[in-house]
Amino acid sequence: MNEFILIFRRDFTTKENQPSPEELQQHLKQWQNWFGSLAAQDKLARPLQRWDGQGKLVSKAKGVTDGPFVEIKESIGGLIIIKAKDYDEAAEIAQGCPVLNLGGNVEIRQAL
Amino acid sequence: MNQELLPNLFRSEYQKIVSVLCNLFGIHHIEIAEDIVSDTFLTASETWAIKGIPENPTAWLYTVAKNKTKNYFKRNDVFEKKIVTEIKYNSTLSNPEIEIDMSDKNITDSQLAMLFTVCNPSNSDEAQIALALNLLCGFGISEIADAFLSNKEVIYKRINRAKEKLKEENIKIQNPNPTEIKERIDTVLKTIYLLYSEGYYSTSQNTTLRKDLCAEAMRLVYLLIQNQTTNLPATNALMALMCFHSSRFDARITQNGEIILYQDQDESLWNQELIDKGTYFLSQSSSGNTLSKYHLEAGIAYWHTQKKDTPEKWQHILELYNNLIILEYSPIVVLNRTYALSKVKGKQESISEAEKLNLTNNHFYYSLLGNLYSGYDNKKALQHFQTALGLAKTTSDKNVITKNIDRLCLKD
Repeated sequence: MNEFILIFRRDFTTKENQPSPEELQQHLKQWQNWFGSLAAQDKLARPLQRWDGQGKLVSKAKGVTDGPFVEIKESIGGLIIIKAKDYDEAAEIAQGCPVLNLGGNVEIRQAL
Repeated sequence: MNQELLPNLFRSEYQKIVSVLCNLFGIHHIEIAEDIVSDTFLTASETWAIKGIPENPTAWLYTVAKNKTKNYFKRNDVFEKKIVTEIKYNSTLSNPEIEIDMSDKNITDSQLAMLFTVCNPSNSDEAQIALALNLLCGFGISEIADAFLSNKEVIYKRINRAKEKLKEENIKIQNPNPTEIKERIDTVLKTIYLLYSEGYYSTSQNTTLRKDLCAEAMRLVYLLIQNQTTNLPATNALMALMCFHSSRFDARITQNGEIILYQDQDESLWNQELIDKGTYFLSQSSSGNTLSKYHLEAGIAYWHTQKKDTPEKWQHILELYNNLIILEYSPIVVLNRTYALSKVKGKQESISEAEKLNLTNNHFYYSLLGNLYSGYDNKKALQHFQTALGLAKTTSDKNVITKNIDRLCLKD
């Protein structure tokens, strides 16, 4: 069994791309069920970790700036580390990720 | 003489006096404490049979235990030289007359100190439970063997080895300070939780014994709740969980000891008083910002006390199971979560989820698939139930599966 990092990104800044409070509520339920389902299949390689939505960005030009970052359209919403046989299985798991329903994406990397 | 009196007193007072004396003597002399207390009860049964029961039997026992301890001090040179220097009440060193404090406060403090000593991680879980039953709950070796479906020899060895281990590690019997409580409360709660489960889920035919085990576990949690430093949210959550489970004790088992599944239970047998108590402790547990697995399990148990099948109920249960499985993987939680999922999302989605679970050596897994497929694809349901039957080991498990198969065949 290999380990893969799944990084969830979506646009948190553009106003018209944000879900309504009801949609967000629904969305959170989807996340919870998805995490529950991964845990039930014993696919989580590490305990879940929550991250704040703010963040900071460091660059040579601007030094340290507070997020969210208008120049970068998509920022990290969270990440998890899962157990999977190969990239195919990891990708199949990522297909069920709720971030896709809000126009986001999942980046996958294998641990070496 | 009242036939019930002495066994009842033994159950309630043995461990109190043992705790106080152990606390006084220290871990290396547990056996002396036990001998003195056993001897006290022997004297009681002999004396009471002739002279009748004293006005205050408990006070009588305390006085006799105190005198026996003092006599032991006087008689035993070695004891006096070696142990008196070690014992707790330093003030007594200058005073040859030793005081044994049998006040309620000292009893409770001593029991708490013993609880933290017994639930020491240097012993395995099963050894801790056996030791707790023996020293803290006044259970005899044969009762413990019966509860564990084991034999006396094994239990006797287990308890003695556990005591030796505590001596080797030189574990102190003392009231834990707040830092120690923080570090060790998890182990203590876990041991009590397992002790309770031993009673609740035991396949032992002895219903009275199983109930006693559960009641003792609840008594130990109550001891923690009464003490300010151990009256923590997780402690209250564990108490709530036990109240909710216990409320169904009479409804979940037939006269012959067979398990009655939740959906088939007669809810008039549910104990409303315990449900109310559970609700009280659950609300007490919600202070602070810790969310232990006992909170989640108590929440699930709370929703199960609501017999009416509303979408809201199963949505809550699924949510709690999601959190529980994320917190700690366990096959039984996985299966229960999948059942809750079927109640929320329907058969199709839960079947495809269930088939992703890799639990192929677990008969409960096939029973769950059998249940999910029932009324959806009965042929497949039957196959799964038959696989489950092949994997099940105990008679009561096999009976439940056979009942499911019969039910399925009746429908066709």
